[in-house]
Amino acid sequence: MKYVNHESVVKRMVNRLTINKVFKAVFFFATLFALLALAILFYRIISQGIGYLTPEFFQNFSSRFPAKAGIKAALVGSIWLMFVVAPVSIILGVGTAIYLEEYAKKNKLSDFIRMNISNLAGVPSVVFGLLGLTIFVRALSLGNSVLAAGFTMSLLILPVIIVASQEAIRAVPNDVREASYGMGATKWQTVVKIVLPSAIPGILTGAILALSRAVGETAPLIVIGIPVIIQFLPTGLLSQFTALPMQIYDWAKRPQQDFQFVAAAGILVLMIFLLIMNSIAIFIRNKFSKRY
Amino acid sequence: MVQSLENGSNTLNDTSGIVYNTQQLNLWYGNHHALKDINLQIKENEVTAIIGPSGCGKSTYIKTLNRMVELVPTVKTSGKILYRERNIFDNDYGVEELRTKVGMVFQKPNPFPKSIYDNIAYGPRIHGIKNKKILDQIVEKSLRGAAIWDEVKDRLNTNAYSLSGGQQQRICIARCLAIEPDVILMDEPTSALDPISTLKVEELIQELKADYSIIIVTHNMQQAARISDKTAFFLSGEVVEFDQTDVIFSTPEDKRTEDYISGRFG
Repeated sequence: MKYVNHESVVKRMVNRLTINKVFKAVFFFATLFALLALAILFYRIISQGIGYLTPEFFQNFSSRFPAKAGIKAALVGSIWLMFVVAPVSIILGVGTAIYLEEYAKKNKLSDFIRMNISNLAGVPSVVFGLLGLTIFVRALSLGNSVLAAGFTMSLLILPVIIVASQEAIRAVPNDVREASYGMGATKWQTVVKIVLPSAIPGILTGAILALSRAVGETAPLIVIGIPVIIQFLPTGLLSQFTALPMQIYDWAKRPQQDFQFVAAAGILVLMIFLLIMNSIAIFIRNKFSKRY
Repeated sequence: MVQSLENGSNTLNDTSGIVYNTQQLNLWYGNHHALKDINLQIKENEVTAIIGPSGCGKSTYIKTLNRMVELVPTVKTSGKILYRERNIFDNDYGVEELRTKVGMVFQKPNPFPKSIYDNIAYGPRIHGIKNKKILDQIVEKSLRGAAIWDEVKDRLNTNAYSLSGGQQQRICIARCLAIEPDVILMDEPTSALDPISTLKVEELIQELKADYSIIIVTHNMQQAARISDKTAFFLSGEVVEFDQTDVIFSTPEDKRTEDYISGRFG
């Protein structure tokens, strides 16, 4: 008794191959849809904004007149913001990930903490804004400064950096850790010389993607009361400032048609900012990348 | 039990030249009693093979000798292991210090994703040697010691992962030699290698015996017979028999040893 009836296999073959083709097409259109949406977005933004992307645009502060409006305060503000967010969130995030993966004992408490960090990554940004308003702006009296906004944004992206770093650390094979311990290396030496060099590409990718999110995030800035019309550059960490997404939001909601184009130019600047950050991530990843 | 050898010659009760003296060692993984009342004395400049079927505790035992087994969080031990007459479980005996004297070669070749040079220099560097000249000398000496110098001397800066599996394992042995250990533990070092690489590693073990005490876990009984001076047969977490290798393989005392080495189980 044969179980495979080759006649019916051949009969069903056409059907199976058709289904195969249909799904290939479905997946192709799914990809195409995303690409198309992106292309339309790019086209709209570039066609509207490119005319306003002049040297003056980078040299002027915001203005009531579309032709005079510039992005200087917001661009410099966003850069200041990154100088606070990047070190704070990366040091705290990677430190937490190293502790959880390499040092913490695996028990119910540490499992609970791990699970909740993943949950925190899904908390809406406006909630972090309220947290920042309560703790940094009011309780610590930092006001709506670069430092308060930076700490708030750091909190927002910390869970993302922790989770990405944990995954990168976990991907380092255990046998190289054992090899290191087996030669009398301490935990710290193993982490610094073996684990981190291998995990750094993954950690940096996660960190820079998280920082990109912080650059584009608007809701927490609105909640902690970051102003939009600022006619000076930040002078220090406790100085008032504005940031790119705030500026874009402000221009986009103005009634004059021309401000839509200014907003598009602002979006272009933001996107270039993000592209530069991502290029740095890719550069670092390729430079440090290790093969197994 | 500690078993003395017949005729009183070469007796294991002679404590001079003993590197490891295991006394009443018990080990649990959670509730699983993995090692039961182990008593073994391992002499210096000998190759001691540990054989036994899967799950008999032989890997657990060798990992206890440098306390690597403690990386498993649920491990509990009782009893003593005296390394050079000092109990390795003593609170003031740091594992880092112990592992500097007791090197380990693992089942799967596990070089670091670094250059060959950095792999070998890793141990000396973590122990504080920074002088480039000294490191160069250590690297050459260790690679020569592991009989792989001629194969890699022209490409010390290439990634160790570009080597074949057998070469990688000899790099791991060289890396182990670089910290100038007293004992080398080998946990099935040839099980992932092809026959020719296995032969090379076996020859190397024979050469290393002059300077180091070697304890090797192996699945391969022929290998134990070929390279070891003494053999311990483990079964279900107990030492069934421990004796000169030729005695174990020709006239074992215990019926279970005989059954195992003649291939009736395991």
